[in-house]
Amino acid sequence: MTAVTPSDATQHVSPRLKGRRRSRTLAIGIAFVGLIVAVALVSLVWLPYEPSDTSGGRLESPSWEHWIGTDKFGRDLLTQLMIGARIAITVGCGAVAVGATIGITIGLVAAFAKPWLDDTISATLDVLIAFPVLLLAMLIVAAQGASLGTAILAIGIALSAVVARLTRILASQVLRAQYVTAARTSGTRWFGIVGQHVLPNIWPTLGVNLALLFGAAVLAEASLSYLGLGAPPPNASWGRMLQEAQATFTTAPAGAIAPGIALVILVVGVNFIADGLRDLADPTRKRSR
Amino acid sequence: MSLLRIDRLSISSASAAPDARPLVDELYLSLEAGARLGLIGESGSGKSLTSLAITGLLPSGLAGSGSITLNGVEVIGADERVLQPLRGPVASIVFQEPLTALDPLMRVGRQVAGPIRRHRGLRGGALDTAVRAALDEVALPDLDRMLRAYPHEISGGQRQRVAIAIALASRPALLIADEPTTALDVTVQAEVLALLNRLVAEREMALLFISHDLAVVSSMVDEVVVLSNGVAVERGPVARVLSAPEHEYTRRLVASARALDNALEAL
Ligand SMILES: Nc1ncnc2c1ncn2[C@@H]1O[C@H](COP(=O)(O)OP(=O)(O)O)[C@@H](O)[C@H]1O
Ligand SMILES: [Mg+2]
Repeated sequence: MTAVTPSDATQHVSPRLKGRRRSRTLAIGIAFVGLIVAVALVSLVWLPYEPSDTSGGRLESPSWEHWIGTDKFGRDLLTQLMIGARIAITVGCGAVAVGATIGITIGLVAAFAKPWLDDTISATLDVLIAFPVLLLAMLIVAAQGASLGTAILAIGIALSAVVARLTRILASQVLRAQYVTAARTSGTRWFGIVGQHVLPNIWPTLGVNLALLFGAAVLAEASLSYLGLGAPPPNASWGRMLQEAQATFTTAPAGAIAPGIALVILVVGVNFIADGLRDLADPTRKRSR
Repeated sequence: MSLLRIDRLSISSASAAPDARPLVDELYLSLEAGARLGLIGESGSGKSLTSLAITGLLPSGLAGSGSITLNGVEVIGADERVLQPLRGPVASIVFQEPLTALDPLMRVGRQVAGPIRRHRGLRGGALDTAVRAALDEVALPDLDRMLRAYPHEISGGQRQRVAIAIALASRPALLIADEPTTALDVTVQAEVLALLNRLVAEREMALLFISHDLAVVSSMVDEVVVLSNGVAVERGPVARVLSAPEHEYTRRLVASARALDNALEAL
Protein backbone atom coordinates (compact mmCIF):
# COMPACT_ATOMS: atom_id res chain seq x y z
CA MET A 1 0.00 0.00 0.00
CA THR A 2 1.37 3.40 -0.91
CA ALA A 3 0.64 6.41 1.22
CA VAL A 4 -1.76 8.75 -0.50
CA THR A 5 -2.22 12.20 0.93
CA PRO A 6 -5.75 13.58 0.74
CA SER A 7 -4.72 16.24 -1.76
CA ASP A 8 -3.24 13.67 -4.18
CA ALA A 9 -6.29 11.50 -4.08
CA THR A 10 -8.83 14.24 -4.59
CA GLN A 11 -7.03 16.64 -6.89
CA HIS A 12 -9.48 16.22 -9.73
CA VAL A 13 -12.51 16.68 -7.48
CA SER A 14 -13.81 20.17 -6.77
CA PRO A 15 -13.39 21.25 -3.13
CA ARG A 16 -17.13 21.50 -2.56
CA LEU A 17 -17.80 18.06 -3.89
CA LYS A 18 -14.93 16.73 -1.81
CA GLY A 19 -16.35 18.39 1.29
CA ARG A 20 -19.80 16.97 0.68
CA ARG A 21 -18.45 13.51 0.05
CA ARG A 22 -16.39 13.68 3.25
CA SER A 23 -19.32 14.74 5.38
CA ARG A 24 -21.41 11.92 3.92
CA THR A 25 -18.67 9.44 4.83
CA LEU A 26 -18.63 10.89 8.32
CA ALA A 27 -22.43 10.61 8.63
CA ILE A 28 -22.44 6.95 7.55
CA GLY A 29 -19.57 6.22 9.94
CA ILE A 30 -21.38 7.86 12.84
CA ALA A 31 -24.57 5.93 12.00
CA PHE A 32 -22.71 2.59 11.93
CA VAL A 33 -20.75 3.18 15.13
CA GLY A 34 -23.81 4.77 16.77
CA LEU A 35 -25.82 1.60 16.08
CA ILE A 36 -23.25 -0.64 17.78
CA VAL A 37 -22.82 1.80 20.70
CA ALA A 38 -26.61 1.94 21.13
CA VAL A 39 -26.82 -1.86 21.20
CA ALA A 40 -23.97 -1.98 23.73
CA LEU A 41 -25.73 0.57 25.95
CA VAL A 42 -29.07 -1.25 25.75
CA SER A 43 -27.30 -4.49 26.73
CA LEU A 44 -26.41 -2.87 30.06
CA VAL A 45 -30.06 -2.46 31.05
CA TRP A 46 -31.95 -5.00 28.98
CA LEU A 47 -31.21 -8.34 27.32
CA PRO A 48 -33.73 -10.63 25.57
CA TYR A 49 -32.54 -13.60 27.70
CA GLU A 50 -30.13 -14.28 30.52
CA PRO A 51 -26.70 -14.98 28.96
CA SER A 52 -26.62 -18.43 30.60
CA ASP A 53 -30.25 -19.29 29.72
CA THR A 54 -30.10 -22.54 27.70
CA SER A 55 -33.89 -23.00 27.47
CA GLY A 56 -34.03 -22.58 23.69
CA GLY A 57 -33.68 -25.51 21.33
CA ARG A 58 -30.21 -26.23 19.99
CA LEU A 59 -29.11 -24.44 16.81
CA GLU A 60 -32.54 -23.01 16.15
CA SER A 61 -33.08 -20.85 13.07
CA PRO A 62 -34.16 -17.23 13.50
CA SER A 63 -37.70 -16.97 14.90
CA TRP A 64 -39.90 -14.55 16.83
CA GLU A 65 -38.55 -15.97 20.13
CA HIS A 66 -34.89 -15.91 19.03
CA TRP A 67 -34.40 -13.22 16.35
CA ILE A 68 -31.13 -14.63 15.06
CA GLY A 69 -31.50 -18.13 16.43
CA THR A 70 -29.70 -20.05 19.16
CA ASP A 71 -26.27 -21.64 19.55
CA LYS A 72 -25.36 -25.30 20.08
CA PHE A 73 -26.18 -25.02 23.81
CA GLY A 74 -29.57 -23.44 23.12
CA ARG A 75 -28.50 -19.93 24.22
CA ASP A 76 -29.99 -16.89 22.47
CA LEU A 77 -27.60 -15.49 19.83
CA LEU A 78 -29.00 -11.93 19.94
CA THR A 79 -28.22 -11.80 23.66
CA GLN A 80 -24.63 -12.84 22.96
CA LEU A 81 -24.32 -10.42 20.07
CA MET A 82 -25.45 -7.55 22.30
CA ILE A 83 -22.98 -8.47 25.04
CA GLY A 84 -20.34 -8.82 22.31
CA ALA A 85 -20.99 -5.23 21.23
CA ARG A 86 -20.26 -4.10 24.77
CA ILE A 87 -17.05 -6.14 24.90
CA ALA A 88 -15.89 -4.87 21.49
CA ILE A 89 -16.43 -1.21 22.42
CA THR A 90 -14.87 -1.64 25.87
CA VAL A 91 -11.77 -3.34 24.50
CA GLY A 92 -11.51 -0.90 21.58
CA CYS A 93 -11.71 2.19 23.81
CA GLY A 94 -9.57 0.68 26.57
CA ALA A 95 -6.84 -0.53 24.22
CA VAL A 96 -6.70 2.78 22.34
CA ALA A 97 -6.54 4.67 25.67
CA VAL A 98 -3.68 2.46 26.89
CA GLY A 99 -1.91 2.57 23.52
CA ALA A 100 -2.29 6.35 23.20
CA THR A 101 -1.11 7.09 26.74
CA ILE A 102 2.00 4.92 26.51
CA GLY A 103 2.66 5.63 22.84
CA ILE A 104 2.31 9.43 22.94
CA THR A 105 4.52 9.63 26.04
CA ILE A 106 7.29 7.51 24.51
CA GLY A 107 6.99 9.30 21.17
CA LEU A 108 7.31 12.74 22.78
CA VAL A 109 10.29 11.62 24.88
CA ALA A 110 12.00 10.33 21.73
CA ALA A 111 11.28 13.54 19.81
CA PHE A 112 12.78 15.68 22.57
CA ALA A 113 15.64 13.31 23.44
CA LYS A 114 19.31 13.59 22.53
CA PRO A 115 20.06 11.79 19.23
CA TRP A 116 21.47 8.63 20.85
CA LEU A 117 18.38 8.07 23.02
CA ASP A 118 16.07 8.91 20.10
CA ASP A 119 17.88 6.34 17.93
CA THR A 120 17.67 3.68 20.65
CA ILE A 121 13.94 4.24 21.17
CA SER A 122 13.26 4.27 17.42
CA ALA A 123 15.16 1.03 16.82
CA THR A 124 13.30 -0.66 19.70
CA LEU A 125 9.97 0.52 18.30
CA ASP A 126 10.85 -0.77 14.83
CA VAL A 127 11.48 -4.22 16.30
CA LEU A 128 8.24 -4.13 18.30
CA ILE A 129 6.23 -3.03 15.27
CA ALA A 130 7.69 -5.83 13.13
CA PHE A 131 6.37 -8.20 15.80
CA PRO A 132 2.76 -9.20 14.91
CA VAL A 133 0.23 -7.47 17.21
CA LEU A 134 -1.52 -10.76 17.82
CA LEU A 135 1.66 -12.60 18.79
CA LEU A 136 2.61 -9.84 21.19
CA ALA A 137 -0.87 -9.91 22.69
CA MET A 138 -0.76 -13.72 22.97
CA LEU A 139 2.51 -13.55 24.91
CA ILE A 140 1.05 -11.06 27.38
CA VAL A 141 -2.16 -13.07 27.75
CA ALA A 142 -0.11 -16.23 28.28
CA ALA A 143 1.81 -14.54 31.09
CA GLN A 144 -1.20 -12.83 32.71
CA GLY A 145 -4.06 -15.28 32.08
CA ALA A 146 -7.07 -14.50 29.93
CA SER A 147 -9.39 -11.76 31.17
CA LEU A 148 -11.00 -8.63 29.79
CA GLY A 149 -8.37 -6.45 31.48
CA THR A 150 -5.52 -8.53 30.08
CA ALA A 151 -6.95 -8.32 26.57
CA ILE A 152 -7.17 -4.52 26.86
CA LEU A 153 -3.66 -4.25 28.27
CA ALA A 154 -2.18 -6.65 25.74
CA ILE A 155 -3.73 -5.02 22.68
CA GLY A 156 -3.03 -1.54 24.09
CA ILE A 157 0.66 -2.29 24.59
CA ALA A 158 0.87 -3.79 21.12
CA LEU A 159 -0.70 -0.64 19.64
CA SER A 160 1.49 1.69 21.69
CA ALA A 161 4.55 0.99 19.53
CA VAL A 162 2.70 2.18 16.42
CA VAL A 163 1.42 5.28 18.24
CA ALA A 164 4.89 6.02 19.62
CA ARG A 165 6.55 5.86 16.23
CA LEU A 166 3.92 8.07 14.61
CA THR A 167 4.08 10.56 17.50
CA ARG A 168 7.87 10.74 17.29
CA ILE A 169 7.81 11.45 13.55
CA LEU A 170 5.03 14.05 13.79
CA ALA A 171 6.45 15.72 16.90
CA SER A 172 9.98 16.06 15.54
CA GLN A 173 8.52 17.65 12.41
CA VAL A 174 6.73 20.21 14.57
CA LEU A 175 9.85 20.80 16.69
CA ARG A 176 11.77 21.77 13.56
CA ALA A 177 9.11 24.30 12.56
CA GLN A 178 9.99 27.95 12.87
CA TYR A 179 6.99 28.73 15.07
CA VAL A 180 8.54 26.52 17.75
CA THR A 181 11.82 28.45 17.54
CA ALA A 182 9.78 31.66 17.63
CA ALA A 183 7.86 30.44 20.68
CA ARG A 184 11.13 29.58 22.39
CA THR A 185 12.63 33.00 21.67
CA SER A 186 9.66 34.51 23.46
CA GLY A 187 10.42 32.32 26.47
CA THR A 188 8.01 29.37 26.17
CA ARG A 189 9.26 26.46 28.26
CA TRP A 190 9.31 22.89 26.97
CA PHE A 191 6.01 21.84 28.57
CA GLY A 192 4.40 24.89 26.98
CA ILE A 193 5.89 23.84 23.65
CA VAL A 194 4.39 20.36 24.06
CA GLY A 195 0.98 21.47 25.30
CA GLN A 196 0.43 24.54 23.13
CA HIS A 197 2.25 23.72 19.92
CA VAL A 198 3.25 20.06 19.53
CA LEU A 199 0.08 18.27 20.68
CA PRO A 200 -2.41 20.55 18.86
CA ASN A 201 -0.38 20.34 15.65
CA ILE A 202 0.06 16.57 15.65
CA TRP A 203 -3.51 15.94 16.81
CA PRO A 204 -5.27 16.04 13.38
CA THR A 205 -3.08 13.23 12.05
CA LEU A 206 -2.73 11.41 15.35
CA GLY A 207 -6.47 11.48 16.07
CA VAL A 208 -7.32 9.99 12.70
CA ASN A 209 -4.78 7.24 13.25
CA LEU A 210 -6.11 6.50 16.75
CA ALA A 211 -9.57 6.04 15.23
CA LEU A 212 -8.08 3.62 12.69
CA LEU A 213 -6.29 1.78 15.52
CA PHE A 214 -9.64 1.44 17.34
CA GLY A 215 -10.75 -0.69 14.41
CA ALA A 216 -7.53 -2.71 14.59
CA ALA A 217 -8.05 -3.20 18.35
CA VAL A 218 -11.60 -4.51 17.83
CA LEU A 219 -10.32 -7.00 15.25
CA ALA A 220 -7.43 -8.03 17.51
CA GLU A 221 -9.87 -8.70 20.35
CA ALA A 222 -12.03 -10.82 18.04
CA SER A 223 -8.92 -12.76 16.98
CA LEU A 224 -7.78 -13.30 20.57
CA SER A 225 -11.25 -14.52 21.54
CA TYR A 226 -11.40 -16.72 18.47
CA LEU A 227 -8.19 -18.34 19.68
CA GLY A 228 -9.65 -18.74 23.16
CA LEU A 229 -7.35 -16.05 24.61
CA GLY A 230 -9.95 -13.34 25.08
CA ALA A 231 -12.26 -12.53 27.95
CA PRO A 232 -13.72 -15.73 29.47
CA PRO A 233 -17.54 -16.36 29.70
CA PRO A 234 -19.99 -14.82 30.45
CA ASN A 235 -18.25 -12.14 28.36
CA ALA A 236 -19.64 -13.36 25.04
CA SER A 237 -17.27 -11.90 22.45
CA TRP A 238 -17.92 -11.78 18.71
CA GLY A 239 -14.66 -13.65 18.15
CA ARG A 240 -15.74 -16.52 20.38
CA MET A 241 -19.19 -16.60 18.77
CA LEU A 242 -17.47 -17.01 15.39
CA GLN A 243 -15.31 -19.78 16.72
CA GLU A 244 -18.23 -21.65 18.35
CA ALA A 245 -20.37 -21.38 15.22
CA GLN A 246 -17.59 -22.50 12.90
CA ALA A 247 -18.19 -26.26 13.13
CA THR A 248 -21.90 -25.95 12.30
CA PHE A 249 -21.58 -23.20 9.71
CA THR A 250 -23.23 -25.17 6.89
CA THR A 251 -26.31 -26.16 8.93
CA ALA A 252 -26.71 -23.01 11.12
CA PRO A 253 -24.85 -20.10 9.43
CA ALA A 254 -26.58 -17.35 11.46
CA GLY A 255 -24.28 -17.93 14.45
CA ALA A 256 -21.23 -16.94 12.37
CA ILE A 257 -22.79 -14.43 10.00
CA ALA A 258 -24.28 -12.24 12.74
CA PRO A 259 -21.03 -11.49 14.63
CA GLY A 260 -19.23 -11.19 11.29
CA ILE A 261 -21.61 -8.47 10.12
CA ALA A 262 -21.43 -6.75 13.51
CA LEU A 263 -17.61 -6.63 13.27
CA VAL A 264 -17.74 -5.22 9.75
CA ILE A 265 -20.26 -2.52 10.75
CA LEU A 266 -18.16 -1.38 13.70
CA VAL A 267 -14.77 -1.44 11.94
CA VAL A 268 -16.01 0.14 8.71
CA GLY A 269 -17.85 2.73 10.81
CA VAL A 270 -14.74 3.87 12.73
CA ASN A 271 -12.71 3.92 9.51
CA PHE A 272 -15.32 6.16 7.88
CA ILE A 273 -15.28 8.44 10.92
CA ALA A 274 -11.48 8.58 10.78
CA ASP A 275 -11.70 9.62 7.16
CA GLY A 276 -14.26 12.32 7.88
CA LEU A 277 -12.32 13.63 10.89
CA ARG A 278 -9.22 14.30 8.80
CA ASP A 279 -10.68 17.62 7.64
CA LEU A 280 -12.63 18.57 10.73
CA ALA A 281 -9.61 18.41 13.04
CA ASP A 282 -7.55 20.84 10.98
CA PRO A 283 -8.78 24.45 10.74
CA THR A 284 -6.24 25.34 8.03
CA ARG A 285 -8.01 22.93 5.68
CA LYS A 286 -11.49 24.27 6.34
CA ARG A 287 -11.16 27.06 3.81
CA SER A 288 -11.21 24.50 1.00
CA ARG A 289 -14.58 23.19 2.10
CA MET B 1 28.29 46.88 30.51
CA SER B 2 26.91 46.46 27.00
CA LEU B 3 23.44 45.04 26.52
CA LEU B 4 24.78 42.73 23.81
CA ARG B 5 28.39 41.87 23.29
CA ILE B 6 29.57 39.39 20.66
CA ASP B 7 33.22 38.41 20.88
CA ARG B 8 34.91 36.20 18.26
CA LEU B 9 31.69 34.36 17.51
CA SER B 10 32.16 31.43 15.15
CA ILE B 11 29.39 29.08 14.13
CA SER B 12 30.15 25.83 12.40
CA SER B 13 28.36 22.68 11.44
CA ALA B 14 29.24 19.62 13.53
CA SER B 15 29.19 17.45 10.41
CA ALA B 16 31.41 19.72 8.27
CA ALA B 17 35.07 18.89 7.59
CA PRO B 18 37.33 20.25 10.36
CA ASP B 19 39.15 22.57 7.94
CA ALA B 20 35.92 23.90 6.36
CA ARG B 21 35.26 27.64 6.78
CA PRO B 22 32.82 28.33 9.60
CA LEU B 23 29.35 29.67 8.62
CA VAL B 24 30.04 32.67 10.86
CA ASP B 25 33.71 33.51 11.32
CA GLU B 26 35.09 35.48 14.29
CA LEU B 27 32.33 38.06 14.45
CA TYR B 28 32.60 40.98 16.87
CA LEU B 29 29.89 43.43 17.70
CA SER B 30 28.38 45.21 20.64
CA LEU B 31 25.23 47.14 21.29
CA GLU B 32 24.44 49.49 24.16
CA ALA B 33 20.98 49.78 25.68
CA GLY B 34 18.79 51.87 23.37
CA ALA B 35 21.27 51.81 20.45
CA ARG B 36 20.55 50.66 16.90
CA LEU B 37 22.78 48.55 14.70
CA GLY B 38 22.23 47.16 11.21
CA LEU B 39 23.59 43.81 10.06
CA ILE B 40 23.63 43.59 6.28
CA GLY B 41 24.76 40.96 3.81
CA GLU B 42 23.51 38.75 1.04
CA SER B 43 21.31 35.76 1.61
CA GLY B 44 23.35 32.96 3.21
CA SER B 45 25.93 35.25 4.79
CA GLY B 46 25.08 34.07 8.32
CA LYS B 47 22.76 36.84 9.54
CA SER B 48 19.96 34.57 10.77
CA LEU B 49 22.37 32.16 12.43
CA THR B 50 23.88 35.09 14.33
CA SER B 51 20.46 36.18 15.57
CA LEU B 52 19.57 32.64 16.66
CA ALA B 53 22.92 32.26 18.42
CA ILE B 54 22.19 35.39 20.47
CA THR B 55 19.15 33.68 22.04
CA GLY B 56 20.96 30.34 22.34
CA LEU B 57 18.71 28.69 19.75
CA LEU B 58 21.08 27.50 17.02
CA PRO B 59 19.59 24.63 15.02
CA SER B 60 20.77 21.21 16.22
CA GLY B 61 23.90 20.18 14.38
CA LEU B 62 25.38 23.67 14.57
CA ALA B 63 27.68 24.82 17.35
CA GLY B 64 28.84 28.28 18.35
CA SER B 65 32.19 29.21 19.87
CA GLY B 66 33.57 32.43 21.25
CA SER B 67 31.41 34.55 23.49
CA ILE B 68 28.00 36.20 23.42
CA THR B 69 26.84 38.08 26.50
CA LEU B 70 23.35 39.45 27.01
CA ASN B 71 23.15 41.82 29.97
CA GLY B 72 26.48 40.36 31.08
CA VAL B 73 25.24 36.74 31.01
CA GLU B 74 27.21 34.30 28.83
CA VAL B 75 24.99 32.60 26.24
CA ILE B 76 27.41 30.26 24.44
CA GLY B 77 27.35 26.85 26.10
CA ALA B 78 24.84 28.05 28.70
CA ASP B 79 22.20 25.84 30.28
CA GLU B 80 18.49 26.19 29.38
CA ARG B 81 17.91 27.43 32.94
CA VAL B 82 20.28 30.34 32.31
CA LEU B 83 18.92 31.10 28.84
CA GLN B 84 15.23 30.93 29.73
CA PRO B 85 15.07 34.23 31.66
CA LEU B 86 16.94 36.01 28.85
CA ARG B 87 14.50 34.99 26.13
CA GLY B 88 11.75 37.58 26.02
CA PRO B 89 12.63 40.22 28.61
CA VAL B 90 16.22 40.72 27.42
CA ALA B 91 16.13 39.73 23.73
CA SER B 92 13.26 38.94 21.40
CA ILE B 93 13.24 38.13 17.66
CA VAL B 94 10.90 39.09 14.82
CA PHE B 95 11.41 36.60 12.00
CA GLN B 96 11.43 37.04 8.25
CA GLU B 97 8.45 34.90 7.32
CA PRO B 98 5.47 35.56 9.62
CA LEU B 99 3.42 32.71 8.18
CA THR B 100 5.88 30.10 9.42
CA ALA B 101 6.75 31.97 12.61
CA LEU B 102 3.16 31.76 13.87
CA ASP B 103 1.53 28.51 14.95
CA PRO B 104 -0.95 27.67 12.16
CA LEU B 105 -3.42 26.02 14.54
CA MET B 106 -3.51 28.62 17.30
CA ARG B 107 -5.76 31.66 17.26
CA VAL B 108 -3.94 35.00 17.12
CA GLY B 109 -5.35 36.10 20.48
CA ARG B 110 -3.91 33.08 22.28
CA GLN B 111 -0.53 33.44 20.60
CA VAL B 112 -0.23 37.01 21.84
CA ALA B 113 -1.61 36.11 25.27
CA GLY B 114 1.10 33.48 25.92
CA PRO B 115 4.10 35.78 26.42
CA ILE B 116 2.01 38.46 28.15
CA ARG B 117 0.84 35.92 30.72
CA ARG B 118 4.35 34.54 31.17
CA HIS B 119 6.25 37.76 31.45
CA ARG B 120 3.75 40.10 33.05
CA GLY B 121 1.85 37.53 35.11
CA LEU B 122 -1.57 38.77 33.96
CA ARG B 123 -4.68 36.56 34.11
CA GLY B 124 -8.36 36.71 33.21
CA GLY B 125 -9.83 40.09 32.34
CA ALA B 126 -6.55 41.95 32.82
CA LEU B 127 -4.91 39.57 30.33
CA ASP B 128 -7.70 40.10 27.77
CA THR B 129 -7.29 43.86 28.09
CA ALA B 130 -3.51 43.62 27.71
CA VAL B 131 -3.84 41.40 24.60
CA ARG B 132 -6.18 43.94 23.01
CA ALA B 133 -3.82 46.76 23.90
CA ALA B 134 -0.88 44.85 22.40
CA LEU B 135 -2.73 44.28 19.11
CA ASP B 136 -3.94 47.86 19.11
CA GLU B 137 -0.41 49.10 19.61
CA VAL B 138 0.74 47.42 16.38
CA ALA B 139 -2.17 49.14 14.61
CA LEU B 140 -4.19 46.04 13.77
CA PRO B 141 -7.76 46.81 12.64
CA ASP B 142 -10.93 44.97 13.63
CA LEU B 143 -9.61 43.55 16.91
CA ASP B 144 -12.58 41.26 17.56
CA ARG B 145 -11.92 39.41 14.32
CA MET B 146 -8.12 39.44 14.78
CA LEU B 147 -8.29 37.88 18.24
CA ARG B 148 -10.23 34.91 16.93
CA ALA B 149 -8.47 34.54 13.57
CA TYR B 150 -6.03 31.80 12.63
CA PRO B 151 -2.81 33.04 10.96
CA HIS B 152 -3.92 31.87 7.50
CA GLU B 153 -7.04 34.02 7.78
CA ILE B 154 -5.21 37.38 7.92
CA SER B 155 -2.91 39.19 5.48
CA GLY B 156 0.89 38.97 5.42
CA GLY B 157 1.30 42.47 6.81
CA GLN B 158 -1.18 41.76 9.59
CA ARG B 159 0.65 38.54 10.44
CA GLN B 160 3.94 40.41 10.78
CA ARG B 161 2.22 42.95 13.06
CA VAL B 162 1.03 40.05 15.20
CA ALA B 163 4.59 38.66 15.29
CA ILE B 164 5.85 42.09 16.37
CA ALA B 165 3.19 42.26 19.09
CA ILE B 166 4.34 38.84 20.35
CA ALA B 167 8.01 39.87 20.32
CA LEU B 168 7.23 43.08 22.21
CA ALA B 169 4.84 41.46 24.70
CA SER B 170 7.71 40.52 27.01
CA ARG B 171 9.04 44.14 26.92
CA PRO B 172 12.49 43.19 25.57
CA ALA B 173 15.51 45.43 26.08
CA LEU B 174 16.83 44.27 22.68
CA LEU B 175 14.68 43.64 19.64
CA ILE B 176 16.26 41.57 16.89
CA ALA B 177 14.43 42.09 13.58
CA ASP B 178 15.60 39.46 11.09
CA GLU B 179 14.54 40.79 7.67
CA PRO B 180 11.12 41.67 9.07
CA THR B 181 9.80 43.13 5.80
CA THR B 182 11.45 40.92 3.18
CA ALA B 183 8.35 38.74 2.81
CA LEU B 184 5.98 41.73 2.45
CA ASP B 185 4.73 43.90 -0.44
CA VAL B 186 6.55 47.21 -0.87
CA THR B 187 3.66 49.37 0.40
CA VAL B 188 3.13 47.13 3.43
CA GLN B 189 6.90 47.14 3.98
CA ALA B 190 6.95 50.88 4.51
CA GLU B 191 4.10 50.70 7.05
CA VAL B 192 5.71 47.92 9.04
CA LEU B 193 9.08 49.74 9.06
CA ALA B 194 7.39 52.91 10.29
CA LEU B 195 5.66 50.90 13.02
CA LEU B 196 8.95 49.29 14.14
CA ASN B 197 10.66 52.66 14.06
CA ARG B 198 7.99 54.20 16.28
CA LEU B 199 7.82 51.33 18.79
CA VAL B 200 11.59 51.04 19.16
CA ALA B 201 11.82 54.80 19.78
CA GLU B 202 8.86 54.91 22.20
CA ARG B 203 10.11 52.03 24.30
CA GLU B 204 13.75 53.02 24.04
CA MET B 205 14.67 49.50 22.98
CA ALA B 206 17.97 48.53 21.43
CA LEU B 207 17.53 47.30 17.84
CA LEU B 208 19.59 44.81 15.87
CA PHE B 209 18.16 45.22 12.40
CA ILE B 210 19.06 42.52 9.89
CA SER B 211 18.52 42.96 6.17
CA HIS B 212 19.99 42.46 2.73
CA ASP B 213 18.32 45.68 1.57
CA LEU B 214 20.53 48.78 1.95
CA ALA B 215 17.68 51.25 1.50
CA VAL B 216 15.67 49.60 4.26
CA VAL B 217 18.64 49.41 6.62
CA SER B 218 19.58 53.04 6.12
CA SER B 219 16.07 54.13 7.11
CA MET B 220 16.25 52.20 10.39
CA VAL B 221 19.76 52.44 11.86
CA ASP B 222 22.79 54.68 12.17
CA GLU B 223 25.58 52.08 12.31
CA VAL B 224 26.04 48.99 10.16
CA VAL B 225 28.15 45.85 10.06
CA VAL B 226 28.55 44.28 6.62
CA LEU B 227 28.65 40.49 6.65
CA SER B 228 29.98 38.47 3.72
CA ASN B 229 30.18 34.68 3.91
CA GLY B 230 30.14 34.85 7.69
CA VAL B 231 32.93 37.45 7.90
CA ALA B 232 32.37 41.06 8.97
CA VAL B 233 34.13 42.88 6.13
CA GLU B 234 33.20 46.46 6.95
CA ARG B 235 31.54 48.53 9.64
CA GLY B 236 30.76 52.15 10.35
CA PRO B 237 28.10 54.87 10.18
CA VAL B 238 25.50 53.93 7.61
CA ALA B 239 25.89 57.17 5.60
CA ARG B 240 29.64 56.69 5.27
CA VAL B 241 29.39 52.99 4.36
CA LEU B 242 26.85 53.74 1.63
CA SER B 243 28.56 56.80 0.18
CA ALA B 244 32.16 55.63 0.44
CA PRO B 245 32.28 51.84 0.82
CA GLU B 246 35.80 50.61 1.58
CA HIS B 247 35.49 46.91 0.99
CA GLU B 248 35.03 45.37 -2.45
CA TYR B 249 31.97 43.40 -1.29
CA THR B 250 30.24 46.48 0.10
CA ARG B 251 30.98 48.36 -3.11
CA ARG B 252 29.25 45.61 -5.08
CA LEU B 253 26.25 45.65 -2.74
CA VAL B 254 25.93 49.43 -3.11
CA ALA B 255 26.44 49.29 -6.89
CA SER B 256 23.76 46.66 -7.39
CA ALA B 257 21.33 48.60 -5.18
CA ARG B 258 22.01 51.72 -7.31
CA ALA B 259 21.56 49.76 -10.53
CA LEU B 260 18.18 48.55 -9.29
CA ASP B 261 17.17 52.08 -8.30
CA ASN B 262 18.14 53.45 -11.71
CA ALA B 263 16.33 50.67 -13.51
CA LEU B 264 13.20 51.45 -11.49
CA GLU B 265 13.47 55.17 -12.22
CA ALA B 266 13.90 54.52 -15.96
CA LEU B 267 10.56 52.72 -16.06
N1 LIG C 1 20.66 24.06 10.24
C1 LIG C 1 21.70 24.31 9.43
N2 LIG C 1 22.63 23.36 9.20
C2 LIG C 1 23.68 23.60 8.38
N3 LIG C 1 23.87 24.75 7.73
C3 LIG C 1 22.99 25.73 7.91
C4 LIG C 1 21.85 25.57 8.77
N4 LIG C 1 21.14 26.71 8.75
C5 LIG C 1 21.79 27.55 7.93
N5 LIG C 1 22.90 26.98 7.42
C6 LIG C 1 23.88 27.61 6.49
O1 LIG C 1 24.47 28.70 7.14
C7 LIG C 1 24.65 29.77 6.22
C8 LIG C 1 24.08 31.05 6.78
O2 LIG C 1 22.68 30.91 6.91
P1 LIG C 1 21.75 32.09 7.42
O3 LIG C 1 22.28 32.62 8.70
O4 LIG C 1 20.36 31.58 7.43
O5 LIG C 1 21.92 33.17 6.27
P2 LIG C 1 21.17 34.56 6.08
O6 LIG C 1 22.27 35.58 6.10
O7 LIG C 1 20.51 34.51 4.76
O8 LIG C 1 20.20 34.74 7.20
C9 LIG C 1 24.01 29.34 4.91
O9 LIG C 1 25.04 28.97 4.02
C10 LIG C 1 23.17 28.15 5.27
O10 LIG C 1 23.17 27.22 4.22
MG1 LIG D 1 18.09 34.87 7.02
